[in-house]
Amino acid sequence: MEQPVNRTEQLQEQLKIVKTESPWRIALRRFMKNRLALIGLIILVLMFLLCFIGPIFSPYTLNETDVTNKNSPPDSTHWLGTDKLGRDILLRVMLAGRISLTVGLVATAISVAIGATLGAVAGFYRRFADTLIMRIADIFLALPTLPILITLGAILSDLKVAPNQRIYYLMFIIGVLGWVSLARLVRGQILTLREQEFMQATEALGLRDNRKIFRHLMPNTVPIIIVSATLGVAGAILLESALSFLGLGVVPPTPSWGNMITAANSLIDFRKRPWTWIPPGMCILVTVMAINLIGDGLRDALDPKMKHR
Amino acid sequence: MSQYIIRRLLQMIPTLIGISIIVFAISQMVPGDYITASQNPNMTAERADQLRAIYGLDKPPAQQYFVWVKNMLTGNLGDSFQHKMPVTSVINTYVWNSFLIAFVTLILSWTIAAFVGVFSAQFQYSFFDKVVTLIVFLLMSLPSFFIGLLVIKYFALDLKLFPTGGMTTAGLKVSGFEQIKDIAKHMVLPVAVMTALSIGGLTRYFRTGMLEVIRQDYIRTARAKGLKERTVIFKHAFRNALLPAITLLGLELPGLFGGAMILERVFAWPGIGQVYLASLNMRDYPLMLGFTMFLAVLTLLGNLISDVLYGVADPRIRLK
Repeated sequence: MEQPVNRTEQLQEQLKIVKTESPWRIALRRFMKNRLALIGLIILVLMFLLCFIGPIFSPYTLNETDVTNKNSPPDSTHWLGTDKLGRDILLRVMLAGRISLTVGLVATAISVAIGATLGAVAGFYRRFADTLIMRIADIFLALPTLPILITLGAILSDLKVAPNQRIYYLMFIIGVLGWVSLARLVRGQILTLREQEFMQATEALGLRDNRKIFRHLMPNTVPIIIVSATLGVAGAILLESALSFLGLGVVPPTPSWGNMITAANSLIDFRKRPWTWIPPGMCILVTVMAINLIGDGLRDALDPKMKHR
Repeated sequence: MSQYIIRRLLQMIPTLIGISIIVFAISQMVPGDYITASQNPNMTAERADQLRAIYGLDKPPAQQYFVWVKNMLTGNLGDSFQHKMPVTSVINTYVWNSFLIAFVTLILSWTIAAFVGVFSAQFQYSFFDKVVTLIVFLLMSLPSFFIGLLVIKYFALDLKLFPTGGMTTAGLKVSGFEQIKDIAKHMVLPVAVMTALSIGGLTRYFRTGMLEVIRQDYIRTARAKGLKERTVIFKHAFRNALLPAITLLGLELPGLFGGAMILERVFAWPGIGQVYLASLNMRDYPLMLGFTMFLAVLTLLGNLISDVLYGVADPRIRLK
């Protein structure tokens, strides 16, 4: 029994089996080379730290008003000044960031869950399921997103949903309206994947459908899901901020970057006190840009063929 | 080709039915109606009921839906409660204001994006290209309302270069050239912001398209023939790089007539988007429903046009 082992060892020595890098390592290496994407990642991490850890170090509380010190411009005690009720803007921006980032992330997670599942089902079963799901996708695609969101936002206001619960409805609504593009991508991918040999192997092994879909097909679509989800977060944050700016998204007293900018609706704040509304706006801009840079870097790293938007 | 178009138009029917059901169902979820939203304290309960009967608001939802669909098929979107005229006339009145800024924006953004994209591709990885890439990311990440506000603050309020909003100067009675000048002045800021918002994605698109074309063999051939670089780029490469962009042109359709809701509100521009936002506050269902369906039809037509245009422009594509 010694002989074969030695033989294998000999062969291995001769062949000098090269260790190949895993696709994920290659992607990571490509991503790390992309300077803009790295800058985006650093900015995003800093933004998360600022929003989730920053408030701990703030000497103020969210709804602490101070009539003696209202509308004060930025100074050493209030780094970003105070608003018309004397609340600290910096703290509000950080806490608003928690809400805006969370809404963006959760809404996208919902879109991805729906989109990936429906896309996979449509691509895998084809025929009736495919027709049905793609018809529904067509309907959602032609549905004007903003008017629908605005109407649903108004309904939430009319139903007198409590402000602290409203963000959950909002995440759900934004999430449900955003699944179509990913569903189409995943479906397309699965349609080609299911014809490949490894799927014949799963057939031969007699695997059940859900095992085929979730263990063998879906893992291959993870790269496009990651890219699409990253860019989706940026879109969701923009939608939420626009809706909150119109007073139909996250509503006070819960702060969000969008609804803090409504301070600009009062002419005096708009003109004379830019510190009340410019910081949250800049936060949206910087965060969304950072996410877009990361998303683009991920696209280049994970799927060099997918260049178009 | 005509067969393809007819088949696509027929395919739109079930989609439109689906959209109409969703849109109607959502509007039915809105509590209260126009009668309660108008908040007239002199209105008795009886009078309110009478009005509801006149507007058909007392009927069960299913019946209201079928009445609405039946009217829609005859081109009648109902009467706007708030404007006291047919929804089609309301749309027709305001949509052209929206079209005005959207059209100028379209021309501007496509021209600038095409040139910047092409140069950026021609000098890939140059300093110019890097700056363009960064600016593109910046523009694609702009929250529309925030940038609108910033622009109003600096260019209208602080520097007083342009009016803060609206379409005409209030109380100014001029006609002819003076009137055009007045409107043009009001258009500068909204058009600038809308162009900035749409230019990012477009530039990127042109750049990628151009990069793909430049690497083709026929471009090398053209250079090898000794053609001038300008001829190679604009005559041989640019035309082919434009092809995929034609698909985008059709998709601009809803943007052209749909109005920019948030920006029109920010700039107080009397376009259809702003009228839609106002109709929501007044619970003006016929207008809300009609406009949403109008947008949906535009989106579907835009998709169709973009596919057809692509087939016309590129003989390699066969539409079946």
